[in-house]
Amino acid sequence: MTDPTTRTPTGPEESLSQHALRQYADALWTAAIAGDEYAATDAVLDALDAGVDPEAVLLDVVGAVQRKVGLEWAANRISVAQEHTATAIDERVIGAVGHRVRTEPHLGRIAVACVDGEWHALPARLLSEVLRLRGFRVDYLGAQVPAPHLVEHLHRTAPEAVALSGSLATRLPTAHATITACRATGVPVIAGGAAFGPDGRFARLLGAEAWAPDARAAADRLAAGPLPRPENSTQAVDDLPHLADQEYTMVTRTAPQLVKAMYTGLERRLPVMARYTDQQRQHTAEDLDHIVQFLATSLYTGDDELFGQFLGWTATILEARSVPAAFLVPALELLGEELRDFPRATALLEGARAQLSASLVGTKEPA
Amino acid sequence: MTEPEHAPRGSVLEIDTRIDTAPYAAVVADAAGIVQALNRAARTLLPAVRVGETLTATAPAWLAASHANLAHAAGPGPVDQGWVERRSLEGHPVRHDDGTVTWWLVDDTDARLAREALRSEQARTAFLTEVSTALLGSLNLQRCMEITVGLATEHLGDAAMVIAPAAHGGRYPTVSGVRGGEVAHDVLDVDVEEVPGLPEALQGFPPVPSRWLDPMSLPDWLRPTGFGEVGSIVVTPLPGHGVPAGALILVRGAGAAEFSEDEEVVARLFATRAGVAMSAARLYDQQASITETLMRDLLPPTVHRLSGVEFAARYRPSQDGERIGGDFYDVHPASRDDEESLVVLGDVCGKGLDAAVLTGKIRSTLHALLPLAGDHLRMLKLLNGALLNTHDARFATLVLASVARAGGGVRLRLTCGGHPAPLVVRADGRVEEAPTRGTLIGAMPEVRATTAELTLGPGETCLMYTDGITEAKGGPFGDELFGERRLHRALGECAGMPAEAVVERVQMLASQWLGRGAHDDMAVLAITAPRGQHLTAVGGHGRGRYTA
Repeated sequence: MTDPTTRTPTGPEESLSQHALRQYADALWTAAIAGDEYAATDAVLDALDAGVDPEAVLLDVVGAVQRKVGLEWAANRISVAQEHTATAIDERVIGAVGHRVRTEPHLGRIAVACVDGEWHALPARLLSEVLRLRGFRVDYLGAQVPAPHLVEHLHRTAPEAVALSGSLATRLPTAHATITACRATGVPVIAGGAAFGPDGRFARLLGAEAWAPDARAAADRLAAGPLPRPENSTQAVDDLPHLADQEYTMVTRTAPQLVKAMYTGLERRLPVMARYTDQQRQHTAEDLDHIVQFLATSLYTGDDELFGQFLGWTATILEARSVPAAFLVPALELLGEELRDFPRATALLEGARAQLSASLVGTKEPA
Repeated sequence: MTEPEHAPRGSVLEIDTRIDTAPYAAVVADAAGIVQALNRAARTLLPAVRVGETLTATAPAWLAASHANLAHAAGPGPVDQGWVERRSLEGHPVRHDDGTVTWWLVDDTDARLAREALRSEQARTAFLTEVSTALLGSLNLQRCMEITVGLATEHLGDAAMVIAPAAHGGRYPTVSGVRGGEVAHDVLDVDVEEVPGLPEALQGFPPVPSRWLDPMSLPDWLRPTGFGEVGSIVVTPLPGHGVPAGALILVRGAGAAEFSEDEEVVARLFATRAGVAMSAARLYDQQASITETLMRDLLPPTVHRLSGVEFAARYRPSQDGERIGGDFYDVHPASRDDEESLVVLGDVCGKGLDAAVLTGKIRSTLHALLPLAGDHLRMLKLLNGALLNTHDARFATLVLASVARAGGGVRLRLTCGGHPAPLVVRADGRVEEAPTRGTLIGAMPEVRATTAELTLGPGETCLMYTDGITEAKGGPFGDELFGERRLHRALGECAGMPAEAVVERVQMLASQWLGRGAHDDMAVLAITAPRGQHLTAVGGHGRGRYTA
């Protein structure tokens, strides 16, 4: 659910106001995780009543809680139900803030949308509310917006810019298609979210006019003046000439067969899998599917680090759930055998396998 | 020294007759630039040049300068080019041993004109290609007008205005701009008759040549702000698809050249493209508005909390580009808190627009039957009769749920008509199927159905869904159905979750299961008894009143 790249280190010395914000965030966290909408609403309304800037309430109280949800989920300290509950409560709380504080729109029109297939709507929702507070006219299109809907919206409303949110790196090829479609209609794109990399390199790579590390920076950038109009519309292969080798296309199109081949191979190598429950089988298959998806994304972006980071993150997630991560190495070997005719994929898999083997030294292979 | 003025127009150097009769002009000058000899062709071409005179005083400046430069240059010397009257000449210098130079002057006027025509034609093609690319991208009228003004000020005039045909109320939407500046939108209440040629252009008549327009007669509303004296203007109609799309007004400053005939041609070609793009955008906008209006009643409604019960729903049509399909749901709120709300979720066989139209009929029929919601079976029978009486042979499956608060929980009456039975998630994570069954609606004259009555405790959810969820095909191996077992297991993790989190979770898992695969319409609707022990229904935005 959550990507590894969202983490920001905690700041140095806390000022008094930061301390206060932390207390509101703690109160909201407790309420949200318990599914107590009323206590959650009280926590943010208390902060507003105490004179905390509404933008800070959204980003440093609600946003902080949401970041913690991601961290706690990755560490397996909260359940899926708690994660979803907290997110739903945060959504309602954001509604309550928007209801309490209103700004007359006096700035340009902005469309805020998530990449298709992106279910983490909260960052986009927070950005929408921050932009509204700043006086923009905002159309919030919500989670997983299919590109045709977004393009239709752009034709009908001609906004000043599209703010595109994405947290899942595997959606980058879709994000690219969306960015290209927006730019073709003459509307510039500002991209944000963990998917675009901690330094925004994927936003640039995929042709977005701007990138922002967080909602505040995105609002600052949009308030500083209109984004440059897209100069010329491009096709995917103009931005990423390496796509001409078709490796991304082949891996994506044959993903189910690749997963099946890896799974069967693993069953031969790891006798323990014969005793797996249905659910364990499904989880393993899904993990393998993720590996293929991330490999495909790395082939798409031409970025080797992405794949290595994903595997490192997966290993951490698996360890947190007491699932031995050692099956990842044979899985990569099996995938390598399937893809031996693809030079870029082979190089990626070989590099990642070496890196992973080194980091897993001491971890026992499941018996 | 020879007296130059008396010298015959012959030569100091005796000129070879073979050179004298050469078809190209030849001028011989010494290192100091004094003309030593001219052949016959040179005398005709450059009547001012005489033997003994300096090139500086008598020859075209470019030739004199080239000759002077030659003294410093090594080798045969560069070929130079310049104009004499309206002829273009290439000067080829030939050095001689005595320090004199013969300039052979070759007329290349035709080649040069051809090259220049080619260059300007290439520039025009590049411009029009840029115009087409820029305009093709957008189907938004405002944006097309902006692009037109932007390109016009960049390439054609110092300022430009696009004026669209009058909208309702006789006012003219306009976009205007000055080169390098921002474009401005406006709606003007003006008399277009004030500008000669503009009413005609707005009606699609041929453009008035710029020379006939008096810049002094420009009305103020047309004078670009921050623009100096106007030198020339040209008004060009924007032809659309069968109807005029408006007019383009190009303005040049007093210092700039007037519009040449050639430029007016380019302006017309440009206007043709802009006009077509603008009328396509207008047509798209009209069509989109019509679609929006017609679809409004077919779109799935926004569902939220009512009378202390949480409702949430999500819908994903089979075609990702569409918004409607064959699944539908509605929540009809009770008029009083102690009465039942009626929830409907169903699925018409088929997908796309045709199916959506039938969902609209079913939804309005059920709306009309609301007073009978106390008796689900009777409602289904009446709906069945109504569907059998239409020419549409389609049938539907659906679930009716009557919902009311009961103490801390929620009381439900559920009736299925040929639809998958709703699932109930208990507080401890158990998932039960509601014991209700019934026949398809709109297929047979008889309808049979049983109603299940049950109660949801705080935090418990009843989930209604369409088979697009369970029949989602995909998964890691690409060929498995999501299936009821996986749905049950997913719901088991949803105990205690708010309604919108449950529907999001179910939709998310099913969508992720699908991956890139094709799918049927997918709808889910959750009815949840809130977990908080709050005393009354609270709006959701204010502080809650709840017991400790």
